[in-house]
Amino acid sequence: MSNESYDPKLVGFLCTWCSYTGADLAGTARMQYAPNMRIIRVMCSGRVDPQFVLKAFSEGADGVLISGCHPGDCHYQEGNYKALRRHRLLTKMLEQLGIEKERFRLEWVSAAEGSKFQKVCDEFTEEIRKLGPLNWNGGEHEHREA
Amino acid sequence: MSTEKPKVAFYWCSSCGGCEESIVDLAEDILKVVEAVEIVFWPVALDFKKKDVEAMEDGSIAVGFINGAVRLSEQREMVELLRKKCQLIVAHGSCSHLGGIPGLGNFWNKETIFNRAYHTTPSTENPDGVVPLEKYDLDGKELTLPSFYDTVYSLDQVIDVDYYLPGCAPPRDLIMNAVLAILEGKLPPKGSVLSPNKSLCDDCERNDTKPEKMVITEIKRPWEVIMDDETCFLAQGIICMGPATRTGCGERCIIGNMPCRGCFGPTDQVFDQGAKFLSALASILDTDDEKEIEKLVDTIVDPAGTFYRFSLPTSILRRKRMEAIK
Repeated sequence: MSNESYDPKLVGFLCTWCSYTGADLAGTARMQYAPNMRIIRVMCSGRVDPQFVLKAFSEGADGVLISGCHPGDCHYQEGNYKALRRHRLLTKMLEQLGIEKERFRLEWVSAAEGSKFQKVCDEFTEEIRKLGPLNWNGGEHEHREA
Repeated sequence: MSTEKPKVAFYWCSSCGGCEESIVDLAEDILKVVEAVEIVFWPVALDFKKKDVEAMEDGSIAVGFINGAVRLSEQREMVELLRKKCQLIVAHGSCSHLGGIPGLGNFWNKETIFNRAYHTTPSTENPDGVVPLEKYDLDGKELTLPSFYDTVYSLDQVIDVDYYLPGCAPPRDLIMNAVLAILEGKLPPKGSVLSPNKSLCDDCERNDTKPEKMVITEIKRPWEVIMDDETCFLAQGIICMGPATRTGCGERCIIGNMPCRGCFGPTDQVFDQGAKFLSALASILDTDDEKEIEKLVDTIVDPAGTFYRFSLPTSILRRKRMEAIK
């Protein structure tokens, strides 16, 4: 598949207090950005269970973004620090399973940073376009063949 | 007919033999079992052949206990045959329940495993480069071997499974409870794991030694330190899978002063044992500084192999991505 015509599927978990509001700002300000991100609103980046990320990859996502408030700004004091620690450890584990670290991204986007959200979406889409599709199948059905 | 004893079959797939041992380890209790049932198939102990099973009527065996993961076409054939002949199938032990230790083969594929086993291990002497072939012609006769899959499967990824007996190997009391429940017809809902649905920490006698706020400042591996035999392992900075693992094992490892490795798999509320443990462990790392977090994460050697030691094939991702295997 030529990478130009390939449209990456991205899933983004955005915290409701900062990043989702930031994405909303990008929308109301009519900023143009790549439409590849499927946004899922969560209460806090610290709410993102690593199982959500794995599920996204196993069901066809080519890249996953977690986005939360800047360090020190978490509505729940320290949820974004938990997200940061999980992100670093999960990135290491995903690499062992053959998923490149570029496919799993953590960004801090505040409620005022609509343009940063725009930039993150554009950059992430381009980066994944270069990497190509993940084509996950988890070894499914091999045992059902003759 | 009503006086006829229920028929039982045992079979093994990709496993070490420890689960067979767990049946023998029932010791005198096995006599009670033998008294109550008729064993019609048990390759490790009794001389029955595949054709004997084929000759039995479908559904004529009350229960089949199958241990081991599925990674060969022969194993698939046998478990499909047993599924037809048995009314109930019990996945016996971690390998058939979760994929188990053989499931770690899912970090590789057939080609890389064969290359390692038949060419590159230090103890391999194979000057002619002979590898097992599925078909071989010898003096006009065709010899065959089962095919070897790229991926290791848990039993329920291949056939329908009624119950799961967890553990590496399942402890004696859980096996006896399962056998008695089957004999008395007092079975829980289909698909149940026959062990309490709570985490190991709930039952762990070291639970009281847990500090008010659990934090880890340094990760230690069991061989690097002399482990305190009374304090919670995580509080000592030693990775213990207890928080993400189902209880019922009798804390055999903890009593032996070794941390939990996770052989009972997750509780019913959890899809992915490794991810859930990763989440718990990352939350208690005692730093908010990006650089320090990265340094601490660097000291966690082989997170995938440690967190999925027994459950890689039944995890959400199931295996390493094939395209990434070199």
